[in-house]
Amino acid sequence: MILAFLPNLVFLMLLIAAVYVFTRNILKIKRNINLGKNIARTDKSTQRWKNMALIAFGQSKMVKRPIAGVLHVVVYIGFLFINIELLEIVIDGIFGTHRIFAPILGKAYNVLIATFEIFAFLVLVAVIIFWCRRNIIRLNRFWKNEMKGWPKLDADLILYFEIILMTLFLTMNGADLYIQNNFPNAEHYQQAGSFPISQYLALLFEGFTLETAVVVERTAWWMHIVGIFIFLNYLYYSKHLHILLAFPNTYFANLNPKGSFENNTAVTAEVKLMFDPDADPYAVEDNSAGEPDKFGASDVMDLNKVQLLNAYTCTECGRCTSECPANQTGKLLSPRKIMMDTRDRLTEVGKNIQNNKGVYVPDGKQLLNDYISTEELWACTSCNACVQACPIDIDPLSIIMSMRQYLVMEESAAPADLNNMMGNIENNGAPWPFNQQDRINWVQDL
Amino acid sequence: MIKVPTVAELTAEGKTPEILFWVGCAGSFDERAKKITKAFVKLLHNTGVSYAVLGAEESCTGDPAKRSGNEFLFQMQAIANIEVLNGYEVKKIVTTCPHCFNTLKNEYPQLGGSYEVIHHTQLLKDLLDHGKLTIERGSYKGKKITFHDPCYLGRANDVYEAPRDLIKKLDAELVEMKNCKAKGLCCGAGGAQMFKEPEKGSKDINIERTEQALEVKPDIIAAGCPFCNTMLTDGIKNKEKEGEIPVLDVAELIATAKDL
Repeated sequence: MILAFLPNLVFLMLLIAAVYVFTRNILKIKRNINLGKNIARTDKSTQRWKNMALIAFGQSKMVKRPIAGVLHVVVYIGFLFINIELLEIVIDGIFGTHRIFAPILGKAYNVLIATFEIFAFLVLVAVIIFWCRRNIIRLNRFWKNEMKGWPKLDADLILYFEIILMTLFLTMNGADLYIQNNFPNAEHYQQAGSFPISQYLALLFEGFTLETAVVVERTAWWMHIVGIFIFLNYLYYSKHLHILLAFPNTYFANLNPKGSFENNTAVTAEVKLMFDPDADPYAVEDNSAGEPDKFGASDVMDLNKVQLLNAYTCTECGRCTSECPANQTGKLLSPRKIMMDTRDRLTEVGKNIQNNKGVYVPDGKQLLNDYISTEELWACTSCNACVQACPIDIDPLSIIMSMRQYLVMEESAAPADLNNMMGNIENNGAPWPFNQQDRINWVQDL
Repeated sequence: MIKVPTVAELTAEGKTPEILFWVGCAGSFDERAKKITKAFVKLLHNTGVSYAVLGAEESCTGDPAKRSGNEFLFQMQAIANIEVLNGYEVKKIVTTCPHCFNTLKNEYPQLGGSYEVIHHTQLLKDLLDHGKLTIERGSYKGKKITFHDPCYLGRANDVYEAPRDLIKKLDAELVEMKNCKAKGLCCGAGGAQMFKEPEKGSKDINIERTEQALEVKPDIIAAGCPFCNTMLTDGIKNKEKEGEIPVLDVAELIATAKDL
């Protein structure tokens, strides 16, 4: 009796384990993002929802590059559809039913299954093309320096996962159809579904006994669902998190014109004081609010929460880097690497906190220099091409600016030429050494 | 001889200009950029716009300091400028520099300076639409002109059409580079790069951009930013084309067409 329920029990345990581990990891990501500073990004909620609907849900920026864009939309719609099928599989798994939606939906079930099949096939085709773009055509942006090692393997593994999952899904349907056609009285296997793709796979099973066909169907069914559980938990270790984080990321994105850089309010407080004729220059600084603010960012904790969310959301597509004028002309700077470095350092800090009972113990490392070099930071022209290119509104430029602020205001470590320029602005109100009184001399020969 | 009024002079006479022309550091001091300033001022006079400049009361907006990461210096500059601008009750500003334009428009409001800020191509387009500016057709007839989008005008503020509309009115053939508008490639000067040597790489950015411009075989390269102008002019010199292909601001194109 217990044996009869064994598969249900095993399924339930696997489901609970998968969801539990996944949730625990997501909470780690949440904790890590919350290490960042607060930033006001909850205003204009209507526009934020609209952005999320258009850019994340509607993939509007993705299709700016039509080939990759359309292929991605296919995989994305396939993913959304197949999640409906996943619901049926989970219910079947828990209750030991088979195709529980079939009697409820009647004829509509056939349409549903046929749609899943067509999308599964299209996803398979798209993913194979993706693989070819990476490994045979070898598009430049997939072979930059920062893509060596794990990032390259990660990208390929995701594609292999999807190929295997789609193949298993179609195999399971093919075996089911074979059983339905050849053993109409087989226990459990009702006449249900329409199989425009897997009908061809069913031909492979010609001559199989019922027992063998059931083994094939069950094996594919189990491997498919277990594969999905594994894939779900793989997300945490992978760049593939974008399938979830693209939504909050587009919601919290900057809505101001791209040229409007964040105002550093810590600086404003000090500057206002300097301009205030009533301020007492000898007054003891009020430190009741804790440590004085650090200007700019040298490590991930100095960045804001949206910048950290950006880092976890990045899927390393490299559109930013391929549009970057510095990268195009052979400089070290790659906006994608800025995001990957930020994420990797944040993960490292997160592990540190984990291993030290919830407290970060300085490890002698930081984002600046240990991950991102000053050479990369100073190569940026702040042209916003990377921000414009990102299909999910990630802002590498804001991190570069935060780090430049640290270099200049905390370390006085700007390149000498820039120090000259800033000295000129301070002394005579122009980046060049000209007298402010001469600003109007151009009128002389009009 | 054109007399350029300063806000201080007008205020002393009890007058208020409708619009402040923010000349900018390049427009005030750089030999090449001064020509753009003059061309624009000639157009302002020609169209009878009520304007004035700050003259010696103008100071750097702080843009290169901010992009360098020196928020202190930027805010010092901004607050000092805002005191001057608010003191004269300035409502509307026009500038020939997209960097000044962006900083005044987007970064001054948070520090207490809110003005209507427009780029000179937007003002000229507006004057054209209202019949105040006429553009003489003919002198550029049949010429191929390509427009380089300044990052701080285009991507940063979504102004793509005003300069193009003006160029089209010149009877010239507007040809687009493969990277234009939102996909425009930077000239290499932004982010305070203008004031430093580039990091080591395989090529300078302005050369890359100049090559993209030369691909469309233009007779003239049009720009809307004094820094882009310098970078592309250097690029053209590097390609030994300085006698053949001039790099001109949109205001210069129109002023020349009007024989001003």
